Amino acid sequence: MNFVAPDFMPVLPELFVLTMACLILVIDVFLDQRRRHITYGLAQLTLLGAALLTLFGYAQASVVTLFGHYVKDAMGDLLKLFVYLAAAAVFLYSRDYLRQRDLFKGEYFVLGLFGVLGMMIMVSAHSLLTVYLGLELLSLSLYALVATDRDSPVASEAAMKYFVLGSLASGMLLYGISMIYGATGSVDLQVVSIAVARQGANNLVLVFGLVFLVVGLSFKLGAVPFHMWLPDVYQGAPTSVTLYIGSAPKLAAFALVMRILVDGLGALQDDWQGMLIILAAASMALGNLIAIVQTNIKRMLAYSTISHVGFLLLGILAGTAEGYAAAMFYTIVYVLMAVGAFGMIILLSRTGFEAENIDDFKGLNDRNPWLAFLMMTIMMSMAGVPFLAGFYAKWVVLQAVVNIGLIWLAILGVVFSVIGAFYYLRVVKCMYFDKPEQSEPIQLSLDTEIAISANGLLLVALGLYPTALMGWCATALSLKGLA
Amino acid sequence: MLSELPPLLSLVIWFPILGGAAVLFVGDDNPGRAKALALTVAILTFLISIPLFTLFDPTTAKMQFQEFVPWIPALSVNYHLGVDGFSMPLILLTAFMNVLVVIAGWEVVQYRVAQYMAAFLIMEGLMIGVFAALDAILFYVFFEAMLIPMFLVIGIWGGPRRVYATLKFFLYTFLGSVFMLIALIYLYTQADSFEILDFHMLPLTLSEQVWIFFAFLLGFSVKVPMWPVHTWLPDAHVEAPTGGSVILAAITLKIGGYGFLRFALPITPDASATLDWLIITLSLIAVVYIGLVALIQQDMKKLIAYSSIAHMGFVTLGFFIAFSISRHTGNLNGAAMGIEGGMVQMVSHGFISGALFLCVGVLYDRVHSRQIKDYGGVANTMPVFAAFMVLFAMANAGLPGTSGFVGEFLVILSSFKASFWIAFLASFTLILGAAYTLWLVKRVIFGEIGNHHVAELEDVGCREIIMLSLLAAAVLLLGLWPDPLTSTMHATVDNLLQHMTVTKL
Repeated sequence: MNFVAPDFMPVLPELFVLTMACLILVIDVFLDQRRRHITYGLAQLTLLGAALLTLFGYAQASVVTLFGHYVKDAMGDLLKLFVYLAAAAVFLYSRDYLRQRDLFKGEYFVLGLFGVLGMMIMVSAHSLLTVYLGLELLSLSLYALVATDRDSPVASEAAMKYFVLGSLASGMLLYGISMIYGATGSVDLQVVSIAVARQGANNLVLVFGLVFLVVGLSFKLGAVPFHMWLPDVYQGAPTSVTLYIGSAPKLAAFALVMRILVDGLGALQDDWQGMLIILAAASMALGNLIAIVQTNIKRMLAYSTISHVGFLLLGILAGTAEGYAAAMFYTIVYVLMAVGAFGMIILLSRTGFEAENIDDFKGLNDRNPWLAFLMMTIMMSMAGVPFLAGFYAKWVVLQAVVNIGLIWLAILGVVFSVIGAFYYLRVVKCMYFDKPEQSEPIQLSLDTEIAISANGLLLVALGLYPTALMGWCATALSLKGLA
Repeated sequence: MLSELPPLLSLVIWFPILGGAAVLFVGDDNPGRAKALALTVAILTFLISIPLFTLFDPTTAKMQFQEFVPWIPALSVNYHLGVDGFSMPLILLTAFMNVLVVIAGWEVVQYRVAQYMAAFLIMEGLMIGVFAALDAILFYVFFEAMLIPMFLVIGIWGGPRRVYATLKFFLYTFLGSVFMLIALIYLYTQADSFEILDFHMLPLTLSEQVWIFFAFLLGFSVKVPMWPVHTWLPDAHVEAPTGGSVILAAITLKIGGYGFLRFALPITPDASATLDWLIITLSLIAVVYIGLVALIQQDMKKLIAYSSIAHMGFVTLGFFIAFSISRHTGNLNGAAMGIEGGMVQMVSHGFISGALFLCVGVLYDRVHSRQIKDYGGVANTMPVFAAFMVLFAMANAGLPGTSGFVGEFLVILSSFKASFWIAFLASFTLILGAAYTLWLVKRVIFGEIGNHHVAELEDVGCREIIMLSLLAAAVLLLGLWPDPLTSTMHATVDNLLQHMTVTKL
């Protein structure tokens, strides 16, 4: 048998991250707690290196390699860059938090890097098998991360829930994949898409497989009614891990949906569009309504995530190049906001104190006006108030659904975004209108302060000039041949 | 020649916003310096805005001082600014009132002075942006962004029920405007452009127009505010600090009226013609019913808030009377008068309501009560102040010679052409307006000295005299010689009437 070595150049960033993660795992064993920061530094260097490799090899056209299982394209590269950025911010914000809680261990960073690797694989998958492998690599890292705080009963409970429900979802996904394989005879997305286009919706097995895939994807995205795990996990996990789960994996989940539904099953758009409409409407409604009554800010942000997933689905279900670009823009902006919001919770926490409740933000303007301003920026951006990035994200997805004639869905979306504005405003209210309940000064190391400032100001900058990022998203997708 | 001008509109928008950021940077530890900087920025902004008036060409309805830069080319959104006879006076009004607000907050605001001043300066820039924007998305962005500073102003420096009031304010306005966003997106899908002027030319079916009209109505009627979506206004006014009330009454409400002129009337003329009875009815309810409500108020700020709603009813009446006139008489004589009357009423109400809120602020700073019953005989201890307050009250009641008279008179004259009964009901304002304002003045200013608080009152100081006399001058000037204002908008009004009367079907 003739074995032709595949082209490994397109997967260079993945190989680099894999090698570094393994190396760090070994190096970390030989470090004592005083020099643990070396692990942290190496993890950040890994992300930087991967970012440079991705940036210099930024795809101009799609390259399929590894026997059709892997694709390197502009959409993947752009998403990967933001994955690195989000992960780097997560590591940075978490550092002091972990240190104060004796959780500053090598595992956090190694598992974090493996998670990043999983996301990279999901983002670049070109076959249903690779999609699944990447997803499991990410998920298993996340289950372990949630459980890192071994002494905390809530965290263990959250990890258990996440593991059981996550496995269930993976099972669904796998079952769906097997049906698709049965109907098309291949896992290669390109072959699948051609076969699907030929058979269309007449093949019952295919439609059944699609349903299972959509269920599995909805679990991973956290769309209603498959959202049950999300609030518990967000609340129970240590905030450093919530920060991780709530940010970068959303980019990967978006890629997952794009790869499977659009690249693979694009011909079944009429079928999945209806399902996504229900998921999107239910997510926007339930997420926003239930977030109102939360007092725990992590839980509130979990429900807010659900509602944002609903908005993101609006872009995808439009099924147009414009809609996909809108959804991609939405995802990236959402991740920037989520990193900032959870990051702010982490920064306000200190030894023996978790800033978990909305009340803990009371009087932040008196304690630290700059942080209060940044948090307000993030909250207003999530609410979709203009001159902040969140507005443009909402606008473009709404435009995508209005364009295909689903005006009622757009109206539903804006009504729930007004309802949603209430709970974001409540956080602003606590920070600005209430008197502080705590007087301990907020201590930030210089690099975290710079990072969180950059994070907040980035939302303002994107609000004043969203053109560049929108353009990148549009070009990345047009290179895929969708436009 | 015009092309050699500096970008005036961008300057008046961004100078106060950057100035506000600079004031924030000076910080609350340096209140003196922050205030001085804020005043400088406010005055300079006003000075920059003056050439907009002096260089304005009143003979044309074309947009002037235009600036055009592609902003989000992928979605054909442009940074497109320009003013006509409607927006230019309102920009000047905004810049003028902001100077007064900075002066009004000078000694009164003690808590977080820099943030207070910065919020107002940033808001000023955003409001001017609303008036100057010629791109629908740019308009919407300014329109919404304005909510954040006002939300903070009411919430941080407001009264005891400030949180309720400010949340209500924010959510009401937000809810109203998001439907407008959908309408704008829909218009984009039809016109392939976000230019407001392109929307004016866009043919639309009647049912499309009706939907879009209702979306605009929701957005702008909340701002105006029209009955029955007015309930946020009394709450917001009562709880807001003096400066917040002044800006709310003088500028924010005008944005609603301006929205009708810029969007609803020219973009959906047929729907406006079909549904003009709705607006006229709501306006008359505002004039008569809200006038009666104002009569029974115990709280001075609430009374002025309700009087604002009643006066704004006149504005919307004036804007929408044209269709009725053309149906009734077959021509448009007098329709221009209604629209001009509405515009004059907007500007004049900006001065008068702002002035009245400042007057209440002057009293509140001394006695810390807004209840009418806590006063009485203020004229005995504060004669200078009493003179000002009586002047503004007379203007509010529409006394000839003050600016309040001009607008109301024009609108009533115009409504006579349409229908006697509309004019009859509208004229109720002359009675009701006089009743509630004069009764307020009687109970607060005249009579015996009510209690020891009033007996210990000190008359207005130099700072307060400056700010009140500036407004008094404006009120009298506009009342005696309205021509500079009306002549700038003749061409624009004629142009609007053309858009309104040419069917788009």
